[in-house]
Amino acid sequence: MVRSRDTDWEGVRLHVVTGKGGTGKTTVAAALALALAAEGGKVLLMEVEGRQGIAQLFDCPPLPREERKVAVAPGMPGRAGGDVYALAADPESALVEYLETFYNLPHAGRALNRLGVIDFVTTIAPGLRDILLTGKAAEATRRRVAGRPVYQAVVMDAPPTGRIARFLNIATEVGALAKVGPIRGHADTVQGVIRSPQTAVHFVTVLEEMPVQETLDGVAELRGLAPGGLQLGGIMINMVRPVELADDQLAAAAAGRLDVHDLALGLKAAGIEDSSGSAGNLGLAGSLAVELTEHAREAIAQRGQREVLADVGQPCYELPLITDGMDLAGLYRLAGALREQGAA
Amino acid sequence: MPPQDSASGTLGEVELRPNRLEVDRLLDDPRTRIIVCCGSGGVGKTTTAAALGLRAAERGRHVVVLTVDPARRLAQSMGLTSLDNTPRPVPLPDGHGEGGGSLHAMMLDMKRTFDEIVETHSDPDRAAQILANPFYQSLSSSFAGTQEYMAMEKLGQLRRADEWDLIVVDTPPSRSALDFLDAPQRLSRFLDGRLIRLLTAPTRVSSRAYLKVVNAWVGMATGAVTKVLGTQLLRDVQTFVAALDTMFGGFRERAEDTYRLLQTPGTAFLVIATPEPDALREASYFVERLSQDRMPLAGLILNRVHPSPAARLSAARSLAAAEALQAAGNGSPRSMPNDAAADTAEAPRHPLAVTALRLHAERMQLAAAERRLAQRFTAAHPGVPVARVPAQPEDVHDLAGLRKIGESFAAG
Repeated sequence: MVRSRDTDWEGVRLHVVTGKGGTGKTTVAAALALALAAEGGKVLLMEVEGRQGIAQLFDCPPLPREERKVAVAPGMPGRAGGDVYALAADPESALVEYLETFYNLPHAGRALNRLGVIDFVTTIAPGLRDILLTGKAAEATRRRVAGRPVYQAVVMDAPPTGRIARFLNIATEVGALAKVGPIRGHADTVQGVIRSPQTAVHFVTVLEEMPVQETLDGVAELRGLAPGGLQLGGIMINMVRPVELADDQLAAAAAGRLDVHDLALGLKAAGIEDSSGSAGNLGLAGSLAVELTEHAREAIAQRGQREVLADVGQPCYELPLITDGMDLAGLYRLAGALREQGAA
Repeated sequence: MPPQDSASGTLGEVELRPNRLEVDRLLDDPRTRIIVCCGSGGVGKTTTAAALGLRAAERGRHVVVLTVDPARRLAQSMGLTSLDNTPRPVPLPDGHGEGGGSLHAMMLDMKRTFDEIVETHSDPDRAAQILANPFYQSLSSSFAGTQEYMAMEKLGQLRRADEWDLIVVDTPPSRSALDFLDAPQRLSRFLDGRLIRLLTAPTRVSSRAYLKVVNAWVGMATGAVTKVLGTQLLRDVQTFVAALDTMFGGFRERAEDTYRLLQTPGTAFLVIATPEPDALREASYFVERLSQDRMPLAGLILNRVHPSPAARLSAARSLAAAEALQAAGNGSPRSMPNDAAADTAEAPRHPLAVTALRLHAERMQLAAAERRLAQRFTAAHPGVPVARVPAQPEDVHDLAGLRKIGESFAAG
């Protein structure tokens, strides 16, 4: 497909999106999928944690076990937007599918279930569960019909930052477990996709200390993996609120050095008259000054976190806080912001 | 849930007021022996657990805080450089330890906990054999469920040690916050499952009798297992299961004991949420699940709310005033040192007031949205008491910060 411009992630077809809980990982993954589909084609948005977060986000019934279209991308002038498909991948059906595809065992699933093997593989056996899920992503990325990729990109709403390195490092994990055999072979194939330039891992964070720290830890962990490790993607700073104060006001406000009398005069000029007279207005001004101080301290703390993230050396993208509830319009806005900044 | 139209204005008037969760009473009650903090990821569970522990200790309890989070967050907020698998004392600053209480904190090291179980419950030779098994090594350091079992195990250990009169535990950051409740059952299901019997069959005396029930689908499934896992891994699993066979029973028994312990009145579950749709949805699931499992729920802690100290000034009035003030600015004789609206032709005379009023309007809107979400929760769970904790402008990373959060519990 001829794209209208270059993006920061040309050649990447599997976008793995991780982030600390509460940072809006699923939302950003969905926005990225919409952004990637903006110039047409099909993009698959895939979740792996059984939370049905995508269905909630797009306000549709729980996703079935097969891929289903959930949205049409915003599109461009003179060009219709592409389609976003979604899949809630679960290890059980991935296992059954794997057995069917590779071993020609069409009815193995039921028998395995009755034996407790499915339970074993999907909840108890470490590493196997992860390889089934990453395997599904790799399969969707590689899938071709008539020589052409079915999906121009796959976006995975991956496990949180604390678990991402282990989740993606399955070949090593499984390798220690199974030195030979079909699992090992499958693991190597999956690893081949995950560790190729076709895959990038993006981190979602908000400008707070702990999520930023977890981002740094996650980045360090991925960088620490064996040579030829995983390709780091961008840092997506979510829920950014504009700073309302100019620099010198910010410092004064943060230090609690605001002129409350001046503020009270301003309130009076604005026609706000407290019922208890000028003393009441002064009290109100004091309360508003407290709010300004909190805002300023938050803004200064956020500025510090932004600098820390810039030092990581990966492209940073900023996404505005959507205050009036997240819906398709909100997702379109975030997708637009990602495209404007070259993330997609 | 009935649809709530925020625009109708009628529901806003009939405010649903949840009962206040009296955190101090809970902490002070000597019958409270275990507090479990649960909720979805990123809602501040660990910080809340630490703040509860600190407050209880400063009010005279002997407290241990157990965190299950692999990040070193609790260590950070308690000013400890590292936490290992043993409870470490957290020194209470002068003037705060007069109640005679004490505080310990520990972070779960699931591999160490698992190793210790193996070492405690089998002879040295067998223990060495298990610890060296590749399948065991992978199982004991994986996050897929092991963390939940080990959290239950450690909680049981701490309770049996009886050195503390209050244990505050922070639940694992699972993909579903409910996972740890399922851990004992899942373990039982696995151990009683036919797979284990199948895998251990060759090592059991009764294998001949057992083989009688082997039918076609078992044969096919065994074939599938071998195909998928490969013979070497299958052998490791068999060795592992055989080695653990004797120990597993006790392990399961203890997990079930801990599960029952959680159902006793000495335990209090606190569900933590932030006023956001996802977090409150998880909180709802949790409340329902706890009642299903007959677990004692103490209440909801609504974290990071944004109350306004100037709530009497409404968002609409504040915004209107900001606009009026902005419009009234007409070439003021006063020079504005730095003006938020410097690019507009007519600078307002009171730039700070304009900013303050705008910010206030935003904050009131945010507070209203948060209140609506909280009310939806209360409408669905009217019996659940709620405590609110205001958002802190900066991150908490010391005892003073934790204490401040503790004080807001008391304020409700």
